Amino acid sequence: MTISYALLTLLEGSARHGYDLKQSYDRRLAAATKPIQFGQIYRILAQLVRDGRAEVLGVEAGAGPDRKRYAITAEGVTDLDAWLSEPEEPQPLLHSVLFTKVLLALISGRSAKRFLDVQRATHLAAMTRLTHARRRATTTQDAILIDFQLFHIEADLRWLDHTESRLAALAEEVRDDRPADRP
Amino acid sequence: MTDLLIGRDLHKSFGLIPALRGASISVAAGEIVAVMGPSGCGKSTLLHCLAGILAPDAGEVHFAGRRIDQLPDRERVQLRRTEFGFVFQFGQLVPELPAIENIALPLRLAGKNSRTALAAAAGWLRRLDLDGLGTRLPGELSGGQGQRVALARALIAHPRVVFADEPTGSLDSFAADQMMDLIVDTARENGTSVIVVTHEARVAAHADRTVVIRDGLNAIQVGAA
Repeated sequence: MTISYALLTLLEGSARHGYDLKQSYDRRLAAATKPIQFGQIYRILAQLVRDGRAEVLGVEAGAGPDRKRYAITAEGVTDLDAWLSEPEEPQPLLHSVLFTKVLLALISGRSAKRFLDVQRATHLAAMTRLTHARRRATTTQDAILIDFQLFHIEADLRWLDHTESRLAALAEEVRDDRPADRP
Repeated sequence: MTDLLIGRDLHKSFGLIPALRGASISVAAGEIVAVMGPSGCGKSTLLHCLAGILAPDAGEVHFAGRRIDQLPDRERVQLRRTEFGFVFQFGQLVPELPAIENIALPLRLAGKNSRTALAAAAGWLRRLDLDGLGTRLPGELSGGQGQRVALARALIAHPRVVFADEPTGSLDSFAADQMMDLIVDTARENGTSVIVVTHEARVAAHADRTVVIRDGLNAIQVGAA
């Protein structure tokens, strides 16, 4: 769905060929999502035309799908307005492996604190690499994309610190699941 | 890299409460080191012992090959004036002095005449994007502007080490990033070592190396030693 709206946004600027749309999409959004294939572009454009959100302005002579020029319709503009105004549901982005490892360390009688320390060092190292990369970023777009990653890793780190302060209480809760021969 | 500042097996208690229980740290010339840890872990006490503000109960502090923890107060004050610079969380600027005079203060205390000190301060106003703000009092500056004045004041006498205690603690995340970029850039330009105390990973990530303190002791280190 996001790709459809990306294409509508690009078409709102000016009528374009599929090739131009792919170039612009890859330049602006591929780093945050992934590069898009030509086949996908044309399938989505065809769907947009069927939906009435885009139209074909003209077909130039020659073979191949990239002879059509596409434009957004009034219905497409209205739909784009509505989508850009809607908030997205917050994503908890649960890093389930971190949570699971802490729990399993406690259940198995191993040191959850040692895992948290090692994990903390790994997260800090990742934040340092990303911060140095952000200092080298030449565009605001690249810097903000790295910031997005930094804030998420920082959130994980806050959870690691918070969890360490509650390990004793968590250990007590899982005590019944611990093997009898483990402390 | 040669170690410029070394704190070895430092112990410090306040009454019956141990703040440092054997923490050690070394900082090379031109290196930026972050000291991280939760509130109450001893990181500010460690900073104060390294800067000669506090004398440790046990352990040693060496600066430029000279032991400093046992120096008389007078000599430690002189060391702080000539070799060290300081940035604190809320700037600790003199509220009655305009920004340019706050920046010039270390040079005036070092015996420089007013004209020389103010000319140097004016250069720092330009360098840290504080043009036109030299006559403003600290209370008339934004948080980020105030911290940049504090940074200029810390650097004007070309210290060999800057001690920064939560320098971004009162700033929003964007201003904090800008402040840390400035600290790193100006330190690199001047070859100044920096020790930053912080509880925020995002601030520590600007450093060459991070030392994590827990309960007055070293816990982990991130980055090359």
